[in-house]
Amino acid sequence: MNSSPLLSGSPLLQCTDVRKSFPKPDGEELLVLEGMNLELREGQIMGLLGRSGSGKSTLLRLIAGLAEPSAGDVRYLGQPVVGPARGIAMVFQSFALFPWLTVFENVALGLEAQNLPRAEIRKRSLAAIDLIGLDGFESAYPRELSGGMRQRVGFARALVVHPNILLMDEPFSALDVLTAETLRTDFLDLWAEGRMPIKGVILVTHNIEEAVLMCDRILVFGSNPGRILSEIKVTLPQPRNRLDPSFRELVERIYVEMTARPKAAATGGRQERFPGLGIGSVLPHVGSNLISGLMEAVAAPPFNGKADLPEIASDLQMEIDELFPVAETLQMLRFGELEGGDLKLTEDGMAFAHADIDERKRIFLRHLLAYVPLAAHIRRVLDERASHSARKSRFIDELEDFMSEEDADQTLRAVVRWARYAEAFAYDDENAMFSLENPT
Amino acid sequence: MNRFEPYVFLKGLASRWDVLAFIVVIGLIAFLGETAHGLFAPLTQLEATPLSLNPIHLPEYAARTTFRMLAALAASLLFTLTYATWAAKSERAGRLLVPILDILQSVPILGFISITSVFFLSLAPGRVLGAEFAAIFAIFTSQAWNMAFSFYQSLRTVPVELIEAAESFRLSRWMRFWQLETPFGMPALVWNMMLSMSGGWFFVVASESITVGHSAVALPGVGSYIALAIQEKNLVAIGWAIVTMLIVILIYDQLLFRPLVAWVDRFRVEQEPGEKIPDSWALTMMRRSRVINAATAAFHNLVFWTSRLVKRPDKPPVEDPAPSKRRSLDWLWVSLIIAALVLGLWHIVAGLIANTSPSEALHVCGLACITMVRVFVLIALASLVWVPIGIWVGMRPRVAEVVQPIAQFMAAFPANLLFPLAVYGIATWRLDPNVFLSPLMILGTQWYILFNIIAGASTIPAEMRYAATNFGIKGWLWWRKVALPAVLPFYVTGAITASGGSWNAAQVSELVSWGHTEIRAKGLGSYIADAAAADNFHQIVLGVGVMSLFVVVINRVFWRPLYYYAERKYRMT
Repeated sequence: MNSSPLLSGSPLLQCTDVRKSFPKPDGEELLVLEGMNLELREGQIMGLLGRSGSGKSTLLRLIAGLAEPSAGDVRYLGQPVVGPARGIAMVFQSFALFPWLTVFENVALGLEAQNLPRAEIRKRSLAAIDLIGLDGFESAYPRELSGGMRQRVGFARALVVHPNILLMDEPFSALDVLTAETLRTDFLDLWAEGRMPIKGVILVTHNIEEAVLMCDRILVFGSNPGRILSEIKVTLPQPRNRLDPSFRELVERIYVEMTARPKAAATGGRQERFPGLGIGSVLPHVGSNLISGLMEAVAAPPFNGKADLPEIASDLQMEIDELFPVAETLQMLRFGELEGGDLKLTEDGMAFAHADIDERKRIFLRHLLAYVPLAAHIRRVLDERASHSARKSRFIDELEDFMSEEDADQTLRAVVRWARYAEAFAYDDENAMFSLENPT
Repeated sequence: MNRFEPYVFLKGLASRWDVLAFIVVIGLIAFLGETAHGLFAPLTQLEATPLSLNPIHLPEYAARTTFRMLAALAASLLFTLTYATWAAKSERAGRLLVPILDILQSVPILGFISITSVFFLSLAPGRVLGAEFAAIFAIFTSQAWNMAFSFYQSLRTVPVELIEAAESFRLSRWMRFWQLETPFGMPALVWNMMLSMSGGWFFVVASESITVGHSAVALPGVGSYIALAIQEKNLVAIGWAIVTMLIVILIYDQLLFRPLVAWVDRFRVEQEPGEKIPDSWALTMMRRSRVINAATAAFHNLVFWTSRLVKRPDKPPVEDPAPSKRRSLDWLWVSLIIAALVLGLWHIVAGLIANTSPSEALHVCGLACITMVRVFVLIALASLVWVPIGIWVGMRPRVAEVVQPIAQFMAAFPANLLFPLAVYGIATWRLDPNVFLSPLMILGTQWYILFNIIAGASTIPAEMRYAATNFGIKGWLWWRKVALPAVLPFYVTGAITASGGSWNAAQVSELVSWGHTEIRAKGLGSYIADAAAADNFHQIVLGVGVMSLFVVVINRVFWRPLYYYAERKYRMT
């Protein structure tokens, strides 16, 4: 297929000033990616590391030709990417296998699309199935396979078209820990032995250890809009050991990197330590149980009010993607401060952790109304009205001036959750009404 | 080259499944040949060989009826694959095609049969073919809309990651259609085909015996047989027809739908490991038989080779025209539609004004109200009976396993076959037709309520039932807080189907005859039936138009909100 010789050292893939935005219902643009500059060279595994919403999956889709950048360009072997390019294949997080095709047929599909002779399709498909360790499963349907085996089909399907670049969109995150590790190791072995027909890999992940384990270079992504915060080279020799001190050190360093606040906010006084919040901020979907759970864990020994994020994450068996939003909610509610990879509880945070349930509700109510402008706004509207009630649509409309429909809905749901816990106001979903009354 | 292993014939001796398959295939071919033979005969031949009530002819009549059903199903499938695809792929076309489909779903087409028949008879003048087309078209109209709707919805809900996978492996649009979109839509499509067939049997009985003006055409078939039996007041013949129909539906179920349902199971995207896989002996036969394997392989090859003919362009298609140009095209499109609408509306209204009077229209609306009351009262009565029974059955898996197929079977059985029995009773005991004809309209459609309730009750999680028992929730409280809310979404689905079917059935159930006695109930159904008998085009249009309006409005203001409410509040996920 792609027999054009690669000039040694010239990039396989190049993104220049790539930007991506989506139109909002009100006609304005929602910026999701900005200023993306990157290069993938032969023989590299490049990691795109970031939290959900940082645009890393969007970037992968631009590279795959599944979407078009709003500005800038993506070049594959020097040619602009317009539509899915031959020579770039993708492995999906949810496997994306066709349930009505057997393992063999799933793998062969990509070759059928290339109109190859049947004999060759058969030969190459069987070879790919063999390579990835699926021998004997050719006639099985995906539903008969375990998650790990399904993702192996995903890999075989991608490799069979002999791509130069393999794109992987969180390929291990839908698998259990043990299966994921086996698959990673198998993949790294095949890569090290040069048995796969690929020249470069881009791996999207939110798992720091996975990135450090697999990648030669890691691009750390920041959110709102998605952008590259920093690039980290991993020079540890393969195979890497998670317990190796230099491995741990690197993981720790990336944690700090990812919790660092934007530069502008970090320079000011104490008040500015907390990211500014207007009524138009999207609120995370974090329940009160998680909030109090994390505060209790940090307040308790051995942390006693200050915890190292990687440490407490492994203590609570949470991934950073789950932990970060909770930690940030604590910060937003002024129950904690995030700095340098540490989470430190404030005075009120400590008080909350040691209080009984009614006292907790009182503290939470005070902080909710003081630091979440949307909650304060809804409460004020309800207080001022004679009926002490208001329609949900009223607030949705207000929020949609700032954010997408979906975000507005999520934000309102988050504020309702917290308000119910703090008994700040009530919400009746059936009539979509806010009110001050408690249900009788 | 291209020899693909599994398709080499006759490695060993033919299996016993082959023998079975051989018999079935040859039987089908013989049957198709025989039936097709009569198609090109002139209409006069029908008169030369009049129908006979001798039950010995019933197998042949049943075969002819079945053939019509198959032809209509094939036509509906073709319509579905093209119309729904067009609507889903072209945003501009979809804006028009989808609402049309929505309306067509609720129009009681039965009233139009005599009008469409004239059209089809004129296509092949003097030949049986024209009358056959008319009958097939009538059946088609009872099957196609919901099939197309389900396929359209499937096309719009293909999982994003599967589309992305297909895109990234550069499948051509043709391949994507056959390898991704059609398989994905299959389960819903097959389910709707089954529902369509149920409705179709009802129509086939009503459409075989057509009266156009003063000439009556009776196509050989079970429907005509029934019509003749009614004319001659022959109860025994009606009994034979009922038995024949039962057998035909049973064969259809075993040979067509069970295999289909078992087969489409593999196309479902969500796979619950614990779910029971549907079973079908016919599918086993097809899978094990090499003869039939060869046929399916041929289909696979067809898709494979046509996929090479329709290549994916190396460059992506040309960019959409500039927004301003696109907008003006949109405007053009919308104004064309509006112009066509106004023209059509004017045509109808002008025709109605010239030939009917406002007082007549008012009278028709009054009749529609009577029929509406009848439909609602009957649905309520049927619910009172079937909801408790359905819940009782649904919570007992063993019982449900037996009852559920029976309920589905009863829904497929054309209830109009049973009408003569009711008429006989009403005439004999001189009952009030306004009351006693009414149950006929729900005779065939009440089963939708029953089997939806059974399905709903069987999804109540065991833990929820244990919890109810544990907290001592019993009696009326149990019905009110546990059972009824749990089945509500299912009930609404069943009731909507039952209501739509009942409106349609009104046209044949409010005016029934037995020999020369005609028994009528006051209502819109008997009005349309009278107009059709008198061949009064304008009255038919007025009657069907008002009925469509009632059905559409009732759906919009009553059933649809109820449906969404039930889905939102009571659907267990």
